[in-house]
Amino acid sequence: MSGPGDPAGTASRQGWRARLIRMQNLLTWESTMSEDLLTIAGKTYASRLLIGTGKYQDFEETRGAIEASGAEIVTVALRRTNMGQNPDEPNLLDFVSPERHTILPNTAGCFNAEDAVRTCKLARELLDGHSLVKLEVLGDQKTLYPNIADTVKAARTLVDDGFQVMVYTNDDPIVAKELEDMGCVAVMPLGSLIGSGLGILNPHSLLLIMEQARVPIIVDAGVGTPSDATLAMELGCDGVLLNSAVAHANKPVLMASAMKKAIEAGREGFLAGRMPKRVYANPSSPGEGLI
Amino acid sequence: MNLIVNGDPYTFNGSADTVTVADLVTELNLTGRRLAVEVNREIVPKSEHGTHTLREGDTVEVVHAIGGG
Repeated sequence: MSGPGDPAGTASRQGWRARLIRMQNLLTWESTMSEDLLTIAGKTYASRLLIGTGKYQDFEETRGAIEASGAEIVTVALRRTNMGQNPDEPNLLDFVSPERHTILPNTAGCFNAEDAVRTCKLARELLDGHSLVKLEVLGDQKTLYPNIADTVKAARTLVDDGFQVMVYTNDDPIVAKELEDMGCVAVMPLGSLIGSGLGILNPHSLLLIMEQARVPIIVDAGVGTPSDATLAMELGCDGVLLNSAVAHANKPVLMASAMKKAIEAGREGFLAGRMPKRVYANPSSPGEGLI
Repeated sequence: MNLIVNGDPYTFNGSADTVTVADLVTELNLTGRRLAVEVNREIVPKSEHGTHTLREGDTVEVVHAIGGG
């Protein structure tokens, strides 16, 4: 038994004080993290991972991957309905509910401004007036590189028409600025080619874009592994949008879970601030008291 | 009445100017689905599906959401 004044009691109180300080630190950290929200067009999101719904085996797998990823923003494509459809044929939006997720219709497959604008208008009608869209106007089939002239043209038309435009673009900081200045709500440069899984090949260009940005910068395309996603976040990107890295993994649901952690790790690493790089070694253990 | 629906010729057994977009949606087994309809490149809002009548030669697009990235 330890009473007041005895050494064991003092040690116990000191232990308590240390624990209290640790708890306070933890609470401060928790509140920092819970306040660290992604804001797009005035709406906040706890998850910085945005996920696509293409290339999955079936809708069950799509749903499982989205749940494991923790993503709140889910992108979908628009296509013609099949003619003579079986009335019981499942529909993507039955599995990815617009009530539970922010559905981000995209213009994937559009190669000119006119088609992209038309697709966005159809999406707005489909989703009952929802105006958040992912604009992508592609340049060619081989690279799926953005056609910047038409991307800029379509973005301007859509912004003027009241759309909230998240725009897929290349990693040119001048173009990124132009898209932001015209009113796009997020700028989404590629890390490497769509579906390539080559990772973040342009960290320096992304840094140039982020340095001047006032809207969220989201890496859209190129991420192949969790470490790619972490790197993007460590650089200071506001989020990552990916699809193939999860859908084409051997175990998509497991990869979705890995991506969730990778995004969180990268974000916390960015907020924590990395140590400076050194050319030579610097021991972690003190030099004094060596035997 | 002959239409172009989703890029293909489509014959609807009904007379022009009486068949509505809603009738076509029913005929296509798409009732109750989340979809968007365009007639001659103009969107026909859901609220007008029951009143917007189709004409001979109209080009209709019916789209829905699918998986994509």
